[in-house]
Amino acid sequence: MTPPESKTIEEIADEDYEHGWSMDIPATEAPKGLNEEIVEYISEENDEPEWLKEWRLKAYNHWTEMEEPDWPNVEYPPIDFQDMKYYSAPEAGEEEDAPESLDEVDDEILEMYERLGIPLGEQKRLQGVAVDAVVDSVSVATTFKEELEDMGVIFCPISEAVQDYPDIVKKHLGSVVPITDNFYATLNSAVFSDGSFCYVPEGVECPLELSTYFRMNAEGTGQFERTLIVAEPDSYVSYLEGCTAPARRDHQLHAAVVELIAKDNAEIKYSTVQNWYPGDEEGEGGVYNFVTKRGKAAGRNSKISWAQVETGSAITWKYPSCILAGDGSVGEFYSVAITSRHQQADTGTKMIHLGDDTSSTIISKSISADQGQNTYRGQVKINEGAENARNRSECDSMLIGDECGAHTFPYIDVENPTAQMEHEATTTKIGEDQMFYLEQRGLDEEDAVRMIVNGFAEEVLDELPMEFAVEARNLLGIKLEGSVG
Amino acid sequence: MSKINTDTNEESTMLEIDNLHVSADDTGILRGIDLDVDGGELHAIMGPNGSGKSTLAKALAGHEAYEIDEGDVTYKGKDLLELEADDRAHEGVFLAFQYPVEIPGVTQMTFLRTALNSIREANGKDPMSAGEFLELAREKLDELDLPEDMLKRSLNEGFSGGEKKRNEIFQMAVLQPELCLLDETDSGLDIDALQIVADGINRMREDEDRSMVLITHYERILEYVEPDHVHVMLGGQIAKSGGPELAEKLEEKGYDWIEEETGIQRSPQQAEGALTS
Repeated sequence: MTPPESKTIEEIADEDYEHGWSMDIPATEAPKGLNEEIVEYISEENDEPEWLKEWRLKAYNHWTEMEEPDWPNVEYPPIDFQDMKYYSAPEAGEEEDAPESLDEVDDEILEMYERLGIPLGEQKRLQGVAVDAVVDSVSVATTFKEELEDMGVIFCPISEAVQDYPDIVKKHLGSVVPITDNFYATLNSAVFSDGSFCYVPEGVECPLELSTYFRMNAEGTGQFERTLIVAEPDSYVSYLEGCTAPARRDHQLHAAVVELIAKDNAEIKYSTVQNWYPGDEEGEGGVYNFVTKRGKAAGRNSKISWAQVETGSAITWKYPSCILAGDGSVGEFYSVAITSRHQQADTGTKMIHLGDDTSSTIISKSISADQGQNTYRGQVKINEGAENARNRSECDSMLIGDECGAHTFPYIDVENPTAQMEHEATTTKIGEDQMFYLEQRGLDEEDAVRMIVNGFAEEVLDELPMEFAVEARNLLGIKLEGSVG
Repeated sequence: MSKINTDTNEESTMLEIDNLHVSADDTGILRGIDLDVDGGELHAIMGPNGSGKSTLAKALAGHEAYEIDEGDVTYKGKDLLELEADDRAHEGVFLAFQYPVEIPGVTQMTFLRTALNSIREANGKDPMSAGEFLELAREKLDELDLPEDMLKRSLNEGFSGGEKKRNEIFQMAVLQPELCLLDETDSGLDIDALQIVADGINRMREDEDRSMVLITHYERILEYVEPDHVHVMLGGQIAKSGGPELAEKLEEKGYDWIEEETGIQRSPQQAEGALTS
């Protein structure tokens, strides 16, 4: 006599990762394993100058001395770094030069992106968004290239930038995340294959959103992309990245490095919607997303703003950070992280205040459902010489069900007495009563969850560019279908 | 005062509750409720705390925490208990909550328009545009003396107790349900707010097919909203039914005389609840 049961979590879990397909695209691959020869192979495949090869080898040799970090609040079996491939290039994208125009892009690649909802073709491409499409290890297409060149904005695969703009790359690569920085960043420095490069010249406010869409396709391959964005004085750029991967039984490693440099009065806004394959309901498979992202607000009154929606991956380990070196510089971190099923996330930020009158804002929203474990880990450091620094941190956690967990580890280190610090943290549960209220008014279970979660994450979603905000809102709802009720 | 006898015309019966037994957390709360509500009628249900009034409202609206142990509920000729909460809402059942929940970050505008359009869609109507919705909402806000910024605020967040109750009536006015279950909507209102809420209810009653079940502790609201029938709940049963004069008698003499007259007892826990009411 009770109302009919709604769908079980298991029923929905099987259908909810819509990007779990893969395509059989011929690829040039490196053999499994990692050694100096593989590093040299990658460098040679990319036709790199000697300095970069040396740089990679230095990173590789340093990496062999390093230990994998064990401090994150996540659990996984040891990774066998000799049992994966470090390079896979779809053959269509592996020609001598990257495709000059979209006509040269392989039909299968265009079809892949079409299926992902990212049309690259001239007729259908997204309004106001220039897209760099990266499959496995290489960039396969970039839209709106000429329009950007007219403004002096360089937006291209980093492999191409190494050839065409070696001085800019050499000057900035590794300047924010040094090759010795941490285990995964150092690994990336040794084996990174492609990624996006963006250079905005002085005084230019880039009117297009620049976007990279990362897709893992090949099996048993790690993805190690490297992104470098340089904003010269008085410039502005907004950059977006999106990520998906096929459903595979094995775990796939994604260890990216992103470096941002903002000079005087420059602003970089960096948004991520991360939807790597999270694994199945038993916790089998899924992407290990071990990423180092850091921005240097180098110039006076410069600004670095991170906005991230983390919905995918079996394990997420990332702390997009800001080094506030310039006087009056501003750092922002807006984050929504969802963990459902067996997903684990240990994510947060570091705000390092070096300059005077620097300010930072941290808004972190974590949502845990099923057996998901969500950890916020954030550091705010005010250096001795940083006068009148300000920070506001807000960390809110939402729990859905009784088997998930939320954890908060704030580290606050203040060495200057003029600093002003605010920290707030809350934990809430989606209640049966909230669900009943919305359902009583006519919303079905999915709409009700979507509405509550979107409301919780509103402050962060507001920070995303419009095109991404819509996608992110839908994604939040889809990820939690069946987790409530 | 003229409609004391229950109308036996089958066709006009909107809600028919037959021997309803309901429990929560394995504790029996409702123990055989029988109640017929005809189209256009307003039934007031009174009773001490813990007598099962709110349980009845939530069970009718489809709250999953309330287990139906026995009995039937027929609504507009359909088996109401077979329907999920949202489907009941689509069929025109509305519950004005005793304690409306807060939903941070969700504006009332988004919420209520989504709700209205869900109901419209389920009934084969086109969704209402933002402009049309705003016009409708402004009219209803005005009637309830609520400020327009109510639409921009997060749902019930930071609302005063009185605002929350008026907001429930506002939502009811926008959604135009057929069966309104009002759970202690009058509690905690000052006399001005009570008048506004009562006017809102009376405007809804102008539609002669709409039925209402008004749950209350106090006779006070019945001075503004005239019931067709008054029922007294004790120990999970309807112990006594009558017309408006029954409410007056309760105000004067309390509930003890009904216990004596009918032999239906409040449980110790319920008696304790009554002390705090």
